[in-house]
Amino acid sequence: MNARYLPEGLPIPIPENDNLSKPYWDGLMQERLMVQCCKGCNTWIWGPEWICHACHSFELEWQEIDGKGQIYSWERPWHPVHSALKGFGPYLIVLVELPHVGNIRMIGNLLGNPDQEVEIGAHVEIAFEHHLEADPPHTLAQWKLI
Amino acid sequence: METRSLRGKAVIAGVGETTYYKHGNSPDAEFKLALKAILAAAEDAGINPKDIDGFASYSNDRNDPSRLAAALGTKELRFSNMQWGGGGGGGAAAIGNAAAAVATGLADCVVVFRALAQGQFARFGQGQPVKTISGDMAMQAPYGLMSPAQRYAMKCMRFMHDHDVKHDAMRAISLASYRHAQSNQRAVMYGRPLTEADYDASRWIVEPWRLFDCCQENDGAAAIIILPANRANDIPHKPSFILGAAGGSDHRCAAPSHNHPNYASANFSSVAPRLFEMAGVTAADVDVLQSYENFTGGVMMSIVEHGFCEPDEVNDFFKPETFYAPDGALPLNTSGGNLAECYMHGLELQIEAVRQLRGTSTSQVKDPDVSMVIAGPMVTPVSNCIFGSEATV
Repeated sequence: MNARYLPEGLPIPIPENDNLSKPYWDGLMQERLMVQCCKGCNTWIWGPEWICHACHSFELEWQEIDGKGQIYSWERPWHPVHSALKGFGPYLIVLVELPHVGNIRMIGNLLGNPDQEVEIGAHVEIAFEHHLEADPPHTLAQWKLI
Repeated sequence: METRSLRGKAVIAGVGETTYYKHGNSPDAEFKLALKAILAAAEDAGINPKDIDGFASYSNDRNDPSRLAAALGTKELRFSNMQWGGGGGGGAAAIGNAAAAVATGLADCVVVFRALAQGQFARFGQGQPVKTISGDMAMQAPYGLMSPAQRYAMKCMRFMHDHDVKHDAMRAISLASYRHAQSNQRAVMYGRPLTEADYDASRWIVEPWRLFDCCQENDGAAAIIILPANRANDIPHKPSFILGAAGGSDHRCAAPSHNHPNYASANFSSVAPRLFEMAGVTAADVDVLQSYENFTGGVMMSIVEHGFCEPDEVNDFFKPETFYAPDGALPLNTSGGNLAECYMHGLELQIEAVRQLRGTSTSQVKDPDVSMVIAGPMVTPVSNCIFGSEATV
């Protein structure tokens, strides 16, 4: 998917200078959704972290997961808070819970009509929004209703 | 073993404020605003400003205590304290930190202060103009999730879903703040009353919040002088004793990418019971409440988490009349609060809580003894505090 949901000019995501989240952002560009899982106790970790919050193991393994979940909450911004969004809007942001990986939650836009009624609990799946020609190249993880 | 508690060990001696301005409209530099508020608080307390030996603030206030101490000619600096965490979440914690300092002998006279000149510095409600972003904000900003309103709206939306809350509940909070501002000439929204129709017709900022659900952004400064309780008789006012203060947040509140387990929350689930335990009072004992409005939904969840109302009773409890001084069941934000008096990062709420105990509010509750403040909700850490009259200690 190359169409963009939001206008160009918003901050572009890059890994931290310690590269903690690099496997996630690299994975998205390959259409793979990667998150950390603790090798010590199998706790799913999101967002990226250096330590397992359950058992304090530093042995966290990046695993590809199925990009399916349910809308846990949502919001519809109207007021532009960034110059790139002036004259744009409204748009939809969803918080998606992934029950099959420890109920971790991920943030993205809900594709489709921004005026649609959003139902908490609705099933969604990931849509990779590529910006591989951008500087720096990157891919966003968006969500669409199933 | 002696009970470890701040209860009754410190007293608020003086309060001071600058004029409150719309953001960007202060004629004074931010540091000058801080100085003016501190001097006003010292005068109100009847103390020599040079006797202030401690400074406490929050939210990374830019006005460094060492510079303040040098500028004021402070005789000796003994306490220089910053409550970590952004937003107004630390407002009551700063009071607690100052009280702890004077109660334990770390200092004798501590000023809690906050100064903001958003014309001189960046505004809160705007995304920062950066090309790239990393860390937790990289999971948010590229999706258009940048401002404080956008950061917290989904917590409220989930709470509304879980408890079938109608928008009218949040409207009641806004109406109460604006009503109280109409009798407060210091309020930025004095002379600008708000009706239900005005609220309903206002534009969405981010659903579920309209314009009047969102705080102002302002310039100004406020300061509060705190002394050990054994000096209560020196104060030229009815003393306000600190009965308790608490700060913090529950399990993994700051889990990245909105993974806080107790998400649909103002983040007081652990902090509220600690406050009541220290203060030795319950929600039923609270005569008047100031509850920080960054957004009305945060006030709603704060009030619920402090036990003033059950979550499934919100639609019934959150009527405008509930919150109107003097006769409402829970007089709320009686100066106009962040919505309609001034967004002084909530320190103006602490000052209003003191005015209520002194009997000098412009929306005075009859003879209150227990005056409570809930600082900025939905951030982490959050904090709260309770002040009591002489009768309570």
